[in-house]
Amino acid sequence: MSDALSIKKSILAKRKSINGIALTLCMLAMIIGMFFLLWILSVLFIKGFSSISWAMFTASTPAPGTAGGGLQNAIIGSLLMVGSCTLVSTPIGLMAGIYLSEYGDKSRIASITRFVTDIMLSAPSIVIGLFVYALVVAQAQHFSGWAGSMALTLIAIPVVVRTTENMLRLVPGSLREAGYALGAPKWKVSLMIVLRAAKSGVMTGVLLALARVSGETAPLLFTALSNQFYSVNMNAPLANLPVVIFQFAMSPYDNWVGLAWGGALLITLGVLSLNILARVFLREKNKG
Amino acid sequence: MEIKLNVQSESKSAPTDSRLNSNNNALEIRDLNFYYGSYHALKNINFNVMDKRVTAFIGPSGCGKSTLLRTLNRMYDLYPHQVAKGEINFHGENILNPKQDLNLLRSRIGMVFQKPTPFPMSIYDNIAFGVRLYENLSKPQMDERVEWALTKAAIWTETKDKLNQSGLSLSGGQQQRLCIARVIANKPDILLLDEPTSALDPISTGKIEELIHELKNDYTIAIVTHNMQQAARCSDFTAYMYLGELIEFGQTDEIFVKPQRKETEDYITGRFG
Repeated sequence: MSDALSIKKSILAKRKSINGIALTLCMLAMIIGMFFLLWILSVLFIKGFSSISWAMFTASTPAPGTAGGGLQNAIIGSLLMVGSCTLVSTPIGLMAGIYLSEYGDKSRIASITRFVTDIMLSAPSIVIGLFVYALVVAQAQHFSGWAGSMALTLIAIPVVVRTTENMLRLVPGSLREAGYALGAPKWKVSLMIVLRAAKSGVMTGVLLALARVSGETAPLLFTALSNQFYSVNMNAPLANLPVVIFQFAMSPYDNWVGLAWGGALLITLGVLSLNILARVFLREKNKG
Repeated sequence: MEIKLNVQSESKSAPTDSRLNSNNNALEIRDLNFYYGSYHALKNINFNVMDKRVTAFIGPSGCGKSTLLRTLNRMYDLYPHQVAKGEINFHGENILNPKQDLNLLRSRIGMVFQKPTPFPMSIYDNIAFGVRLYENLSKPQMDERVEWALTKAAIWTETKDKLNQSGLSLSGGQQQRLCIARVIANKPDILLLDEPTSALDPISTGKIEELIHELKNDYTIAIVTHNMQQAARCSDFTAYMYLGELIEFGQTDEIFVKPQRKETEDYITGRFG
């Protein structure tokens, strides 16, 4: 065996052992992550499924010491707040994203908007809850569904803004030029060509924002609080899944704890399906 | 902006074509200078684009041929720090005038790009998009216009059964013909083609070249190409550019057979570029 070949072989052996170590560490990290995730999910499914029943969707949260009860008021409250949050945050987020990508670009006002949006993205949700508390709840002297919806909207908007901007930026400039070359004004190019080309990506952003806000608890504690009874009055305290889970999970009543598990499972399944939906949209996009 | 008239400046080498008088000019380019910020990209360009003829711009990479084409519909205006000075007369008006309505101008001087750019909508809507901008057609009229444009661009037979499918579902060559159809549907006076075949295979290229031959009966065409054979095959006039200057302009036969300038000859014979 020549010297050159033996050197090559020793280098190769060393490289293989380094590869083995690195691969083992990666697998270990993956296993740790998956282990806890699966643990959480399995406990959630086992404990949650046993408390899911028809009554959960038809009965309101039970009073202390009474048997049975459900989560109907919390489910409806959550849907109302997340729904109105979507209706408000989607157009605002889309328009701001279009502005940043198509109009503002490198202007000062655009870079300030981008900076503020990035801060909002990472702001702790409890701070946003306190902000809305001080702005709305303290002024109105009562908790309300609107205040809760507003807090959720403030959390959702930056997510929609940034994903919209990023998705629009991925649209090649040649497509814009082709629109202008036909004599189309800028707003038509932005809305009918660029936004349309990026629509699946933009939809994904909206869905991910929804998934994010539907599990938020802290901002709702300060704003919507909760309500023991069935109510669709957005101007009054409104029951919602996250806060009910928070209250019931720490209660001494077995049926309350069971309902908390059921509610947690509901939210998890909701967020999971939103995420899957987002992935489906993105796959459509990649198909071209 | 003050407009300086310069009557003396004519093409550097006057073409001998008898048809070349001012009445037959689709575009008259006078003392055109173009700047990317401080970079002087086009230097004192003077020539005429003849009506219902094909004019080819050739030259090595970076010579300014695409830049020149993009001044003709003021595409450069989309970007800051890009400035054109001089005159480009179109129907007796200087289109470089700041008061020029750019959308209207671009609907009259259409452009096709290097890479096919179908819009993310159906084949039908790809054509109808531009038409709807400036005309209010009834549904049957629009159907007729779409068929007319697709037929003109020699792609009707391939698309007539799938007008509702996405424009993105077509092949590259078909997409490019769709883009040409889209421009034609607007009924422009002039077609600007910016290396329209450089992203296409030879068969698609052949089809587009045939199409150019057909279209010149109705349209004035200006084409940028880095393929000299293509310029020789499809154009009536050729402009050879180098480093932002128009070196030679004349009838294609003359430019390719007996160029007046040494630089042109060197480029055409392949000794340079």
